[in-house]
Amino acid sequence: MLNPYLPFPVAIDEIITETEDKNLKSFKFVFLNPEDEEKFSYRAGQFAELSVTGKGEIPIGIASSPTEKGYVMFTVNKVGLVSSCLHSMKAGDIMGIRGPLGNWYPWDVLEGKNVVIIGGGFAFTTLRSSIVYMLDPANRKKFNDIHVIYGARTPGMLLYREELTAWEKRDDIHMHITVDGTDDPDWKYNVGFVPTITEQKAPPGSADTYAIVCGPPIMIKFTQPVLDNLNYSHDHIIMSLEMRMKCGIGICGRCNIGKEYVCKDGPVFTLAQLNEMPREY
Amino acid sequence: MELIKIDKKAWAGGLEKLSASYALYGPVKEQHFCNFRALEKGEAPDLSGLNSRLSPKGVVFPQSQVMFTYTVDENQAEHHILQEAGEKASDRAVIGIRPCDAAAFLMVKQNFDTPEFKDPYWLKAYEATVKVGLACNDPCQSCFCTSTGCGPFSETGLDVLLADTGDFFLARALTDRGEHFLKTAGWNQAAEADPLESMKKKAEEKIVSAVSTEHLKDKKTTDLFDAPFWEEVAFACINCGTCTYVCPTCWCFDIQDEVQGKSGVRMRNWDSCMYPLFTLHGSGHNPRDKKPQRVRQRFMHKLKYFVDRYDGGIQCVGCGRCVRLCPVNIDIRTVCELMNNFELSQC
Repeated sequence: MLNPYLPFPVAIDEIITETEDKNLKSFKFVFLNPEDEEKFSYRAGQFAELSVTGKGEIPIGIASSPTEKGYVMFTVNKVGLVSSCLHSMKAGDIMGIRGPLGNWYPWDVLEGKNVVIIGGGFAFTTLRSSIVYMLDPANRKKFNDIHVIYGARTPGMLLYREELTAWEKRDDIHMHITVDGTDDPDWKYNVGFVPTITEQKAPPGSADTYAIVCGPPIMIKFTQPVLDNLNYSHDHIIMSLEMRMKCGIGICGRCNIGKEYVCKDGPVFTLAQLNEMPREY
Repeated sequence: MELIKIDKKAWAGGLEKLSASYALYGPVKEQHFCNFRALEKGEAPDLSGLNSRLSPKGVVFPQSQVMFTYTVDENQAEHHILQEAGEKASDRAVIGIRPCDAAAFLMVKQNFDTPEFKDPYWLKAYEATVKVGLACNDPCQSCFCTSTGCGPFSETGLDVLLADTGDFFLARALTDRGEHFLKTAGWNQAAEADPLESMKKKAEEKIVSAVSTEHLKDKKTTDLFDAPFWEEVAFACINCGTCTYVCPTCWCFDIQDEVQGKSGVRMRNWDSCMYPLFTLHGSGHNPRDKKPQRVRQRFMHKLKYFVDRYDGGIQCVGCGRCVRLCPVNIDIRTVCELMNNFELSQC
């Protein structure tokens, strides 16, 4: 019997400090047993449990894209026991990853459609995975217009800044990067909260346009009315939820919203689905 | 299958023979209360009491269980790599579980044995366990098993059903494993008469309480969730978690790492939705940070979410433990009535 609680052993290959407050680091892992990479085959939007021996496990969205081979990457905010320990670890250290877990953004539905990605703060990880996946030469033609609205408090708090700059220069993706505020005179992108920029830049809703929204609760709260005004129907608004998790496979019982387990039946739900569920998240 | 008569004088001898093939578990009186545990050599299960305080779920799902071991000593090969704590689940027989608790095993199995994921710890122990039930001749006042699809003589989830007639037990094997169990014990004397039906009828007549569940499925989840009675239901609750620990159908658990010196374990422990830590995010956000939300979660899970997820009735076998042991007299039967009868007011 396969043990679904057993992580794949991995080594930390590279650690990148992402933000100016140094609270967000990206970790690239390589599998100790190369055949495990195949077993970890994932889709953009899924997550995994990062296992730090002696501390525990934390559920973290996969930030690398399935099109990036040879490693998997996660961007981790330093908040608790496991993430703090992880932040003090170094390249070469051995740990584990267990997954992939949960569902993913509905890539079959999104084919042939316009995709509007709306993200805020450090919830941009699985969105990065999605963008890299869609921009892959083998995949780009499967999607129509791609818009990205991504905001952070300051320029230094944006994740993956070099990639953002590179995407800005492309003509097959519409980037709308924004910060809440900055005193940097060289800042050449938007200033304003994500809902405001969404209002200004997002294409109107249509049968062929889907929004993927991922961010802090306050951003989601104020973005939803904007999308309503833009005539996005609720089954065209796709969201990814967070919840305290342990098992990650729908067994330990703590991450439910109504009868759905966020770890197994989610983390991706449409707003139409969420409307039918208790508001307990 | 054939009804067997076990003279009580032949009981100890049979157990002795069984102990060569099975690890035997049963209720044993400890500090005034019965609890299910492994029987020592020559020890007989105490079948005189009513049901145990803690359900026998721990036979399959221990309160604490090591899942993995590891070393954090970097001089060791395989350091920081988890090793399965794979003690083989030996054949075991649990003697004297009540029909409600046996039904609970099957109910809980739906959670641990899913098409996508199998919980190897739970399943190995479950599959290694022969369930020898003891029918209830005298159900408690707080039992309501007949209205939860179960009953004092229910055979669901059992391999053998025993009934105590006073001088002897009657035993019916319900599965091949049950038949093997009876043979191993050397219990093979056919009963002259079959009074089980009449005993069952008598026992069922003694059950005085019931729950109505027929409307739960048709209620809208969000209506029940937003119903006005939760504050009142939760008012007296002290979030002690007793209801969840004694419940045979509560399965939630936590996973924790512990290290002593250089060796560590990853283990799981029973957890409870009554506790605020259960859902506390790393960020400090907690979707169920208030008591009524947690009380609502417990009842909604048992009486609505489970009903909708598995379409096989409520997640309750009517054992009555939570009713008897709640220190502030919160009663699942009352809450079930509230939910089953709830109508959204038309004002």
